[in-house]
Amino acid sequence: MTEAYIRTDISDLPDARGYFGEFGGRFVPETIMPALDELEAAYAAAIDDPEFHAELRHLQRTYTGRPTPVSHARRLSETLGGAQIYLKREDLAHTGAHKINNALGQGLLAKRMGKRRIIAETGAGQHGVGTATAMALLGLECHVYMGTVDIKRQQPNVFRMRLLGAQVIPVESGSRTLKDAINEAMRDWVTNVRNTFYLLGSALGPHPYPMMVRDFQSIIGIEARQQIQQLAGQLPDVCVACVGGGSNAIGMFHAFRHDEGTELIGVEAGGHGIASQQHAARFADLAISRPGILHGTRSYVMQDADGQIMETHSVSAGLDYPSVGPEHAHLRQLERAYYTLATDDEALEAFQMLSKLEGIIPALESAHAVAEAIKRAPTMPRDSVLLVNLSGRGDKDLDTVIGILGG
Amino acid sequence: MTRKLQGRAALDAMFARAQAENRAAFLPYFPVGYPTHDESLTAIAAMAAAGADGFEIGIPFSDPIADGPTIQAATQVALETGSTVRTCLDAVRALRGRGINQPMLLMGYANPLVAYGTDRFVRDAYAAGADGLIVPDLPPEEAHYFAESCAREGLALVFMLAPTSNDTRIDLVAEKSSGFIYVVSLTGITGARADLPADLHDFIARLRARTDMPLVLGFGISSPEHAAQVSQLTDGFIVGSALVRAGGEGVEAVQELAASMVAAIQA
Repeated sequence: MTEAYIRTDISDLPDARGYFGEFGGRFVPETIMPALDELEAAYAAAIDDPEFHAELRHLQRTYTGRPTPVSHARRLSETLGGAQIYLKREDLAHTGAHKINNALGQGLLAKRMGKRRIIAETGAGQHGVGTATAMALLGLECHVYMGTVDIKRQQPNVFRMRLLGAQVIPVESGSRTLKDAINEAMRDWVTNVRNTFYLLGSALGPHPYPMMVRDFQSIIGIEARQQIQQLAGQLPDVCVACVGGGSNAIGMFHAFRHDEGTELIGVEAGGHGIASQQHAARFADLAISRPGILHGTRSYVMQDADGQIMETHSVSAGLDYPSVGPEHAHLRQLERAYYTLATDDEALEAFQMLSKLEGIIPALESAHAVAEAIKRAPTMPRDSVLLVNLSGRGDKDLDTVIGILGG
Repeated sequence: MTRKLQGRAALDAMFARAQAENRAAFLPYFPVGYPTHDESLTAIAAMAAAGADGFEIGIPFSDPIADGPTIQAATQVALETGSTVRTCLDAVRALRGRGINQPMLLMGYANPLVAYGTDRFVRDAYAAGADGLIVPDLPPEEAHYFAESCAREGLALVFMLAPTSNDTRIDLVAEKSSGFIYVVSLTGITGARADLPADLHDFIARLRARTDMPLVLGFGISSPEHAAQVSQLTDGFIVGSALVRAGGEGVEAVQELAASMVAAIQA
């Protein structure tokens, strides 16, 4: 495997002010501005330090189980009759999702910085579990904010976090989902900033988080790019990933950013469809989504005419966020990546199809990416290659799916 | 009666008057639309009558990350009763129409202002009679969104300092802020507290050593006792959550608390 386990070339965006083109930046209360400066400096020192890379690489190999494989989805490809579909198996990473990549990276950074109290937010619970796991491993104190709506629909993950020694703090404000969990985590950080590390779970928030989370997730694309060439003998024609905040997608896309022959496609949560306005498709519904500022960064934000943040809907808790990572907004503007959506129904169908044809139960989030592959593969030649980032496994979603489809 | 001064000049005059009386200026915060639009205007007018020196007129936002439970709940009610950026601008105009001449600063998170249009917002705010703007999630690094239009219209653009701010940031904020510097008294979110922070004197001394800008203290100042203490320490102070909580009981409670604050700093 390549030795570059996280980004080492620093010529890429963001710029010094944390901007990806016109998106990104640092819109936070003064109280945490010095902490962001400190974090940025500590991160810059860490990625210059071979020991930091070595420690992260060691944990990725011996704890997370990296590299995760790429699997050829033969029966799915045959059934669809088009492109050969390959799956990057982040579902096989320890804790069952890509979130552990970032949690371990930031966890090691927190330890380097001497911060022993860690806070995090979680939507689907995967980042919460990833963080609780990494903190158990590293011996750091862990508090996870989670909306009560999400607590209800992701009970197994709540239990996992508690078992791993984390304190799960229910959030009752606003829509009681991921957005509100981030609000509460930021309020905690403003209050306890001197001794607390905020382990943000997606490629969003104030600079340097979008950059740092991307870098810690870029291992997905670095591995996949090499694996797909070994397996399929070529780079993918199309690369698909689901986009909530967008960390698994940016982690996959980053390695392919200079491969002009590879089309990058992000899949947002279409919920009940655009017409219903019950979705989280920030790039698809420009009637209610436009550039704005939420949680410290400038990106596309679902908002009403007065700039109040709108409530979103998705069957998958991990995609249910009214904004999107700023680098995705930039990639879309550059037309380097394209963004589409899958509805709840399409994701549920993909969830079942992948289970039956490949013996892989995907997370409902990842099922959105599979749904796009199901739509697109038949339109592509049989010798073309479509790579899907299977960002997580679906055990956590069984209650939700049973509730919809029946036992 | 029309006002002679607006914007930064009005704030300068406010500080000069308070200083002449050997006290700090008292600036209540109150969100427009809590518990209703009309009642919020009545509350602000009552505080003006009670002798407040200026106002922070709160523009509600759905996701106020720097605010504690009291202001979160009040601004949520305000949004439910139809408060928008436009109704907040209308509120300033209406208060000026009632003859309230104290300086008024609009205070709101960035997104609703960006959605309204930053240039348009600054222009309309000045036209409505506002004197300044405070955006808690807009550090000076991102000031370019508002700085040019505020300078053009003469609206003060106030930045914040916190106990965590180092010397580099103190110098930056002192350079960029206009009208005054909003000094966050503690590392935390808004909300009433029993005591002022123990290290407050040292913190203010640290700032005074680096800037001559007027310092206005906010966060946690809840009682006439607090007011009396900070009146000898800073150029102004802001009371938010305690007055908003009183607002939930009725305009009399707001007026009573404001009057007791005024009495405490004049004693």
